[in-house]
Amino acid sequence: MTDPGFTSTGSIASPLTGQRTLSVPSVLKSAGLVGALFEWFGSLGIFSWQVLKAAVTPPYEWRELILQLDEVGSKSLPLVALAGAAVGVIISLEARYSLSRFGAKSMFPATLVYSVIQVMGPIITGLVVSGRVGAGIGAQLASMKVTEQIDAIEACALNPYRLLAATRILACVLMLPLLTIAADACGLLTGWFAQALVEPLSFHQFIESGFHGATFNAFLPPTFKTAVYGLIIGLIACFQGMRTRGGAEGVGRAATNSVVLGSLFLILADVVLVKFILVVFP
Amino acid sequence: MATAYDIAKNQVDPQQDRGAPVVAVDSLQKTFGSHRVLDGISLSVNRAETLAVLGRSGTGKSVLLRLIIGLESPDSGSIRIQGQEIAGLNLDRIGEIRKKMGFLFQHAALYDSLTVAENVAFPLQHHRREMSKSERSDRVNQLLAEVGMEGAVDKMPSDISGGMQKRVGLARALALEPEILLLDEPTAGLDPISSGEIDQLVLKLQREHQMASIVVTHDLHSAKTIANRLALLDKGKVVIDGTYEDLQHSENEFVKQFLNQS
Repeated sequence: MTDPGFTSTGSIASPLTGQRTLSVPSVLKSAGLVGALFEWFGSLGIFSWQVLKAAVTPPYEWRELILQLDEVGSKSLPLVALAGAAVGVIISLEARYSLSRFGAKSMFPATLVYSVIQVMGPIITGLVVSGRVGAGIGAQLASMKVTEQIDAIEACALNPYRLLAATRILACVLMLPLLTIAADACGLLTGWFAQALVEPLSFHQFIESGFHGATFNAFLPPTFKTAVYGLIIGLIACFQGMRTRGGAEGVGRAATNSVVLGSLFLILADVVLVKFILVVFP
Repeated sequence: MATAYDIAKNQVDPQQDRGAPVVAVDSLQKTFGSHRVLDGISLSVNRAETLAVLGRSGTGKSVLLRLIIGLESPDSGSIRIQGQEIAGLNLDRIGEIRKKMGFLFQHAALYDSLTVAENVAFPLQHHRREMSKSERSDRVNQLLAEVGMEGAVDKMPSDISGGMQKRVGLARALALEPEILLLDEPTAGLDPISSGEIDQLVLKLQREHQMASIVVTHDLHSAKTIANRLALLDKGKVVIDGTYEDLQHSENEFVKQFLNQS
C-alpha cells in the first residue's frame, strides 16, 4: 500500500493539494528499493522452503508431474529444436567467415561443436523455455490465484505447493537437459548442412573432426547445468504466479515478471555456472 | 416454502444435540494493514445447524469463513473444528481437517481447465484413491444429479451460467461428504429465481446430510430461509446472534436499520 503522504515520484505531497513541497532524499528511495529487494528475496526463500518440504513428503503427485513433463518437454520441443537449428546455421555462417580470414578453416567442425554444445545450445534452450514455459506457468498460476482456484485447491485439502509448484519446477528441472540435447542436435545438424552446401563435408567427417579428442567433461556439465536453469525458470514463474494480486493487471504482471526475471537470473546464473564448470571440470 | 425451522423440527434438534460445537471461534481478531476486520468475534455452530452470518459489505464475513477453513491465519483468538484448534497448523495437518469441510466460494472458483465432471471428481481423485474409475464416475453423476446439473457433465465452467457454476461448486464441496459446509455468498449475483433455487438446494442438502453449515450472505431473505440462527456483524464485532425473531425484537439501532433496509 502506498504511503498516503508520498507520491510515486518520491516527493512528499501535501495531503490536501497533492502538490510537491519537498524532495525526498534519493537515499530514502534507495532504502525503499533495497527493502523491497530484501522482501522479495525473503519471500522467495520462504516459498522455496515450502515447495521443497512439499516435494519430498508424500503423497506424490505423479499424475500432475507427468502432465507437466508433457507441457514443459514435448510442447516446447518444436520451438527449442527450431531455435537450436537457427543457432547452428548462424554459428556455421559466422564461423566459416571468421575462420577463413585467419586461415583456420580446418577448425570449423570443432568450433561449431564446442560453440553449440558448450555455449549457445544451453543458453538458447533456457531462454526459449523461459519465454514459453515461464510465461505460461506465471500466467496460469496467477490467473488461478486471482480467481481463487488456488484457494479452492487448498480448501479441497490439497497442498498447492506440492500439486502446482513442485510438479512444475521438477518438470522444468528434468526437461531442460533433454531439450538442450535436442537443441544441440538440431544446431549441429543444420550447422553442418549449411557448411556442406558451400563446400563438401560429409556428416561422418564433421562429427569425427568436431568431437576429436573431446571428453565427456567437455559436454556433459554444460548440458546438465541447464537443470539449474530449469530450477530458476520454474521457481520464479511459480513464485510470481502464486503471489499475484490485482486481477487481470496482476496476471499480466506475473507473466511478464516470470519471463523477465527468469531470463535475467538464468543469464546471471550462467556466469557462475560457467566459472564453476571451468574450475570443477577443467 | 420449507424453511430451516420447518426442517429442523423433523431432524436432529441442534439445541438438544449440543455437546461440543462442531465449529467454535473465540475472540477472533484479524487485521489487514491498519484495518481491523474482525475484532474479537466469538461464534459457534452445532451439528445439523445452519448459522447465517450477515452484515454490510466489508465487515469481514468472508474473512471469517477463510479463517475457519484456514486460508487465512488469525492475529489472535481460537478456531476449533470438532474440538481441534486449527490456528498455527501446517498445510498438511490442516488438510486432514479440511477433508471434513466443504467450501463454496463466492464465485464458485471452479478449475477453468477442467470440465464440470472433472471439477467434481477432483477431490475424489486425490482423497479417495481407492475408488475405481467407474465408482468415481457414478459418485460424480450422483453429486451432479443432487444439484440438478446432470446434463452439464462435459461442459467447461466458462460455458455455464453463474448459478450453474455455484451448483457445480456445491457438488464439489459435497464430494468428500463433509460434516461442515461453508458457503460464501451462495446467492450473490443471481436473479431471484436462481437464488430461490439455490436456497432450496441448500435446504435439501442440509436435510439429507445433517451438516453444520455457516452461510455468509447479505441477503436477509436467503438467510431467513436457510438458517436456524443468524449472526449480524458490524465493525468487526457480532452485534446480535440469535433467531430471526430475536433480530426482529432487538432494540439495537444497527439491527433495526439492517432489517429495515433489507
